[in-house]
Amino acid sequence: MTKPLIHKALPWLVAIGSILLWQLVCVVLRIDTFILPAPTEVWTSLVRYHEPIAMHSLQTLWTTLIGFGLAVVFGLLLGLTLGASRTVYDAVYPIMVAFNSIPKVAIVPVLVIWFGIGTVPAVLTAFLISFFPIVVNVATGLATIEPELQDVMRSLGARKTQILWKIGLPRSMPYFFASLKVAITLAFVGSIVSETVAANAGIGYLMMAASARFDVPLVFAGLVVVAIMGVVMYEIFVALERRLAFWATRGTEMVT
Amino acid sequence: MNGPTPFVDIAHVSLAYGKDANSTLALADTSLTIGKGEFIAVVGPSGCGKSTLLKLVSGLCQATSGTVAVAGRPVTGPLKICGMAFQNATLLPWRTTLDNILLPLEIVEPHARNHRRDRTQNVARAKELLATVGLAGFEDKYPWQLSGGMQQRSSLCRALIHEPDLLLLDEPFGALDAFTREDLWGVLQTLWLNKKPTVILVTHDLREAVYLADTVYVISARPGRVISRTSIDLPRPRTIEDTFRPEFIEMAHALRDQIAHVRNQ
Repeated sequence: MTKPLIHKALPWLVAIGSILLWQLVCVVLRIDTFILPAPTEVWTSLVRYHEPIAMHSLQTLWTTLIGFGLAVVFGLLLGLTLGASRTVYDAVYPIMVAFNSIPKVAIVPVLVIWFGIGTVPAVLTAFLISFFPIVVNVATGLATIEPELQDVMRSLGARKTQILWKIGLPRSMPYFFASLKVAITLAFVGSIVSETVAANAGIGYLMMAASARFDVPLVFAGLVVVAIMGVVMYEIFVALERRLAFWATRGTEMVT
Repeated sequence: MNGPTPFVDIAHVSLAYGKDANSTLALADTSLTIGKGEFIAVVGPSGCGKSTLLKLVSGLCQATSGTVAVAGRPVTGPLKICGMAFQNATLLPWRTTLDNILLPLEIVEPHARNHRRDRTQNVARAKELLATVGLAGFEDKYPWQLSGGMQQRSSLCRALIHEPDLLLLDEPFGALDAFTREDLWGVLQTLWLNKKPTVILVTHDLREAVYLADTVYVISARPGRVISRTSIDLPRPRTIEDTFRPEFIEMAHALRDQIAHVRNQ
């Protein structure tokens, strides 16, 4: 009974410990706020500017979620197509790798030229950056179906769509959820990168503006908020994964 | 040999994997016929094309030359009347045991069309089948919560739920321990005696072949061809005790000699 409790408390203890260490380093070494603000200063800044911070982080959250949602829809569709057809896979995969190798920050100016400064480039950057891992993982999940499973289905006279629906889709779910955990954090990176380059709202914009005013505690406050949003979204997808793809992490909780 | 019209007719079948120059001949000029309701076992050294034979009969792959006919019709694509079980249970880990067993009914016509309507009935039938193989009460367990032997029992149930006319078994007990395997021989015999499907069992366990089959075919090393046909006319139902009787041992021994002979060629 005590052991799982400690296990659950452990991440919190590590987080609190790190913050204390951070505070200690700042106080003992008398580090200038301008270089590294102490957690207390970041907290003060968070409280003082909580209204603009809330507004800008909500903006970032929505931007990220829209981009991420697009990535999920199109990533799943393209992943299923790539995984189901060897021909499409061979044809499209190289160009996708090429595209994914381009730093997304380099695309933002182009997006700005096309769509202007604001939300649209941020949404698109979040989409572009989180799209690839979803496609690759879903395609991998489909492409690695055991040949014997396909034989079982085919010997029953199953059509290709039936194999895809009854085997392929559920089979790729653990891969899909694993990719969502990566993709959601990447989506935050995407939208914030875009906001720092070209936006007038969002946490990225807030941080850029703060650093222009040398308000370093506010920059850190922004970073903390982003980190918290990232962790919360990540945990939501972990919970979803546990519910919908529990069979892939077999035996950890359901053994009788 | 097996009456006027054999249920499965394999005539001068050859099959080569790969293209032209670097192709390997898996089966060469293999012929055999199986009567309706007959239980045959195919034994031979490993790599002799036994599994290939099953794939040909099920229509999962096509012969390079020769013809395969099932129920009087040439096999040109996957058959819809057969059930298959492999060395791995190949159950779907996201489905409970019950849902795994119901899978064929969601695909094979005419069951698939009425699957929703007949669900209660189908579930009852699946439960009955599970009880026959000694798995009553395990309906809601996931495959990964079952032992290897239990998974294989479920796999047999899945192969039989749609009452196929043709049951193809590819070393289904190969990965199990000796005692579980002997248990499952009994289970399979009971299932077969109930509905009398035509069965092709690929195995390299000679006791298994003699215990279960009406006829045992020995296939030579690659490229495989049928080199002998032995009728096993021991009375049914056979028991594990029977496998220690002299006449049983003699038959298994004779088969062993033949295989040893073809392996040394």
